[in-house]
Amino acid sequence: MRNILRGPSIAGLVVVAALVAAPWALSMYGVIVLTEILIMSLFAMSFNLLFGYTGLLSFGQAGFFGAGAYCAVLTLIHGPSSLWAALGAGFLGGALLAVPIGWLSVRRDEIYFAILTLGFGMMLFTVAHNWRSVTGGSDGLGNFTLPELNLFGWTVSLFNPRYFYFLVLFIVVAGVLFLLRVVHSPFGLLLKGTRENGNRVSFVGANVRSVRLFAFVIAGALAGLAGALFAFYNRIASPEMLHWAFSGKAVLMTILGGAGVFLGPAVGAAIFFVLEHFITAYTTNWMIFLGLILVVLVLLFPKGVLGSVLSFLARVRKGREP
Amino acid sequence: MLLFLISVGLTTVFGVMGVLNFAHGSLFMLGAYLGMQFVRWFGSFWLGLLLGPPIVAVLAAFIERFLLRPVYGRDVSFQLLLTFGLMLFLDDGVRLVWGPAYHVVNPPAILDGVIHVFSYSYPVYRIFLVVLGPLVGGALWAFFAFTRWGKILRAAAMDREMAEIIGVRVPVLFTAVFAFGAWLAALGGALAAPHQSVGPAMGERIIIESFIVVVIGGMGSFPGAFVGALILGLLNSFATTLMPDVQMALPYILLAFVLLTRPRGLFGEET
Repeated sequence: MRNILRGPSIAGLVVVAALVAAPWALSMYGVIVLTEILIMSLFAMSFNLLFGYTGLLSFGQAGFFGAGAYCAVLTLIHGPSSLWAALGAGFLGGALLAVPIGWLSVRRDEIYFAILTLGFGMMLFTVAHNWRSVTGGSDGLGNFTLPELNLFGWTVSLFNPRYFYFLVLFIVVAGVLFLLRVVHSPFGLLLKGTRENGNRVSFVGANVRSVRLFAFVIAGALAGLAGALFAFYNRIASPEMLHWAFSGKAVLMTILGGAGVFLGPAVGAAIFFVLEHFITAYTTNWMIFLGLILVVLVLLFPKGVLGSVLSFLARVRKGREP
Repeated sequence: MLLFLISVGLTTVFGVMGVLNFAHGSLFMLGAYLGMQFVRWFGSFWLGLLLGPPIVAVLAAFIERFLLRPVYGRDVSFQLLLTFGLMLFLDDGVRLVWGPAYHVVNPPAILDGVIHVFSYSYPVYRIFLVVLGPLVGGALWAFFAFTRWGKILRAAAMDREMAEIIGVRVPVLFTAVFAFGAWLAALGGALAAPHQSVGPAMGERIIIESFIVVVIGGMGSFPGAFVGALILGLLNSFATTLMPDVQMALPYILLAFVLLTRPRGLFGEET
């Protein structure tokens, strides 16, 4: 067990070190893009907990993402002007919403689950879009000021993109470590078990529904946290964040990078932004390429980019050893 | 009634093939745009209605044969993802060809104008749609119940392997069914063109509604699609006048309610 974990954790440390050092090497624009990649990584990884590990294809993940964004912004406007309170509100908001929606959705799996989450996600979208007095309707909520971060009496202004980047990095890494812990716990094994064969898991005495519901709530909470960060990043919470096209982004990133591979969605998010950057330089209709890429990926590389690379490495290593 | 056409296509494809087609709304939209294009070229709405849907059906046959067929053996999620990719592709393709603006299509001259019934006035075209709906529904029902093809379809939906054993060429059937569903969707689209404005978002809106219809009625159930479309349509129009604030959220509440009381949908079979 130790040996298995050592390789990835060293690699993980290298990645984190590189991310900490990145702001000194990148331009301001690069830092801003990297911030967005990190936020979307957390969002896509919350989706991957459901799709890659539990086998539940959720098309409503953006609902929790957006709900987290609104909760955080509403806390800043009406409640205490504290960054941590707002982030906590995003996290809790995503989790609390995921309880009833998950309770309804996990009763069915596969296609039904996809439709149900899509439906409920769109329900949240309609609420955000139509409840003008609270959410500001289609304009979104933008008139809030980002409070200063108070670190042991040392206040940091987050209007500097570099400082904001560090905050995002810290929270995303914390979220990722939490996910890593979940995935490698006995509970994580149960999740994979329900993906492979739900009946057997229930035969050994676990309640498949509550296992799935728990995963759904964790995913909702992390999506809410990512949404709160995204609202700070854009200085606005808008209904588009809840739209299913946004859920589709998380799906695409996960498939791009590799579903079921722990860091796959993060790699996918990075590839997504690089592609978007290059393709939109030539044409505004970049969804047409995205659709093509997704079709090709599903047909030829179902493991995604990182998944394919990893299994290629594994094959090379196996070929060398004996 | 348009919703019914879309939902029947969706539910047939699902019932026979076990594939939930995300791109179904895009095919609907494609039908509407093609109908509009034919009106522009030839000035004839009827020609568009006749020629547009078969074009979409042929396209769908190619999609099934070359893209969908390789993923049947794999996890259901991959089929969903594939059709999702197709949806993105088609939606943006439409935007590329026809531009992001909304277009208005006039109904044909015979169906233009309004009829006065008591003190209300109705557009003739809407009445045409209301009459057409049951006609198409009845024709479909007769097709499923009495014709040889209809029986083969139902047999394949009930038990794919058994149908294969008694000599049904299932792969060919699948291509045909997918094309048939696409034809229905495109027909709905061509009919919808004069009724609502033609724009790039119309596919997205209809697909979510028809998902709800199909789940409420029971996946793969033909009468379910009819009743589901009826319920949702009535709910939408009543709620718009009675309580406009919650109208947009009502379909989802209905969805949750049906799933709690009858998890397989109103007409779904218990397994």
